[in-house]
Amino acid sequence: MKLVTAIIKPFKLDDVREALSEVGVSGITVTEVKGFGRQKGHTELYRGAEYVVDFLPKIKIEAAVAGDQVDQVIEAITKAANTGKIGDGKIFVSNIEQTIRIRTGETGPEAL
Amino acid sequence: MNLKALLGLFSLTLLMPTLAFAEDKLSSGDTAWMLVATVLVLFMTIPGLSMFYAGMVRSKNALSTFVQIFAITALSTIVWVVIGYSIAFGGEGPYWGGLDKMFLNGVTVDSLSGTIPETVFMVFQMTFAIITPALIVGAFAERMKFSAMLIFTTIWLIVVYAPITHWVWGDGGWLGSKGILDFAGGTVVHINAGVAGLVAAIVIGKRKGFGKTAMPPHNLTYTIIGASMLWVGWFGFNAGSELAADNVAGMAMAVTQIAAAAAALTWMFAEWIFHGKPSALGIASGAVAGLVAITPAAGAVGPMGALALGAISGFACYISVAKLKKIFGYDDSLDAFGLHGVGGIIGALLTGVFAATSLGGAGFGDGIDSMGGQVMVQAMGVGATMLYTGVVTFIILMLLKVTIGLRVAEEVEVEGLDTAEHDERAYIL
Repeated sequence: MKLVTAIIKPFKLDDVREALSEVGVSGITVTEVKGFGRQKGHTELYRGAEYVVDFLPKIKIEAAVAGDQVDQVIEAITKAANTGKIGDGKIFVSNIEQTIRIRTGETGPEAL
Repeated sequence: MNLKALLGLFSLTLLMPTLAFAEDKLSSGDTAWMLVATVLVLFMTIPGLSMFYAGMVRSKNALSTFVQIFAITALSTIVWVVIGYSIAFGGEGPYWGGLDKMFLNGVTVDSLSGTIPETVFMVFQMTFAIITPALIVGAFAERMKFSAMLIFTTIWLIVVYAPITHWVWGDGGWLGSKGILDFAGGTVVHINAGVAGLVAAIVIGKRKGFGKTAMPPHNLTYTIIGASMLWVGWFGFNAGSELAADNVAGMAMAVTQIAAAAAALTWMFAEWIFHGKPSALGIASGAVAGLVAITPAAGAVGPMGALALGAISGFACYISVAKLKKIFGYDDSLDAFGLHGVGGIIGALLTGVFAATSLGGAGFGDGIDSMGGQVMVQAMGVGATMLYTGVVTFIILMLLKVTIGLRVAEEVEVEGLDTAEHDERAYIL
C-alpha cells in the first residue's frame, strides 16, 4: 500500500478528482495549504505599500492506494494537474504500514 | 387723503411686520431638509467612517477601530452639549463664542437659527464635531490607548475644534470676516483633522514592525462599503451646509457628486498606469479624496470647477499616500493626513480659483474682488488652521504622553487591541 501525496494548483482540483475516479481511486483527502517552491510569491499593493506574499495557496491531495495502482494514479494526477507552467506542484509517494477501516475493523488492502 | 391712499397706507403697515420678521421665520421646507441632512452626516461617521477604517486595519484591531469611533460619537455629543457649541456658536467675537450657551443654555424649543430651529442647527453642527475627531483615528490606528484617546478627544474638541469652527463660521469669527470661502468645512473639518492626525502619528510613533512586516487591510469589502456610505452621507454634509433647501444646496449636491466621481476615476487610472492594476482601495480612496476637496468649494464652484477640482485632488492625494508617506517615513496608518489634510488643503486653495464667475463659480467672498485676493485669504485660513491645530494638538499629546501615556504596551500591540483593550474579538470563526 502506498500513500500518494500531491500538491497541486487549486483550480486543478476538479480535474484531478475526476481523473482519480476514472482510474479507480475510491477516496481522497483534500487540504487547503500554503507554500512556496520555484514559483515564489507575488506582491500586493495597498495605497503604495507593497507587500510580498511569500506563500501561495495550493491544494494537497492524499490518496491511499494499492501498490500495483501507484503508477496509474501518478500518471492520472500528472496529466490532470499539468499546465506546463512553474507552480504545477509535486507528487510524493510513501509506504503505508497498515490500513484499518474503522467501521468494520478490516485491515490491509481490503480496507482501502 | 383719498380712500385709495388710505388703503395703500393700511396695506403697507400690514406688510411691515412681515418684512421685519422675514429673517427669523421658521421654514418647514428648510427644517425638513436639515433634519435629514443632520442624520446623513451622522451616518457618515457611524457606520460609514467606522467601516472605512475598520476594513483597513488588521483583523486583531478591527473591533477596537469600531469601538473608538462609536465612543467618539457619544463623547463628542456630550462635549458639544456641555461647552463645544457655546465656544463655537455661543456669541460674537473674533476668536470664540463665549460661554453663554454652555449646557445649551437658552437653546429652547422656540429658538431659531435663520429659518430652522436652533436645536436642528446645534445637532447638525454636532455631527461635524463628531466626525472630525473620528477622522483622526485613522492616523493613530492600531496602537493608541483607548483611555488616552478619550481624553485627547475631549480636550481637542474644546481647545482646537470649537474655536476654529468659530473663526470660520461663528458670528464675527476672524477668518469668516476676512471673506474666507469654506462652505462645508475644508479648514474646520478636513485640514484640522488631517494635520492633527499627522502630528498624532508622529508623536505616537510608528506601529511595531511598520515597514518591515506586512500590514495589509483585513477586509476591503468593509472599506469599500464604508466609502460608499461616506459618499452618500456627504450630501448631508455639503448640501446641508447651505442650511436651507434652496438653489445653492442643489448646486452643492451636483458638484459633490461630480468631484467624487472625477477623483475616484483619476485615482483608479493613476494606479492602473503606475502599478498596472486598478484597485478597490484605490477607487474608494479616490472618491473620498474628491469629496474632501469639494467640501470647502461646494457652495462656490460650478460643475466644471468641480470636475477639475476632483481630478486634481484625486491625483494629488494618490501621490501623497503612495509616495510622500514613503519618502518621509511617518506612519499615518490609514492616511488621515494623506486624504483629509492634503485633499482639504488642495480644496481650500482651489476654491479661491474656481469660485471665479469666469470659471463658472458663484463669485468671491464679501469684500474680495480678485482671484489672487481670494486665494490669499484661503491660504491664510489654511495656514492659520495648520499652525493652530498643529501646535495645540502637539501640546495636548505631549501632556498626555508624560502623564498617562499614549501608547499601548508592546505586548498589547502584538496581541491586538480587540482582546487586550476590550476583552472581545471581532471574529470568532
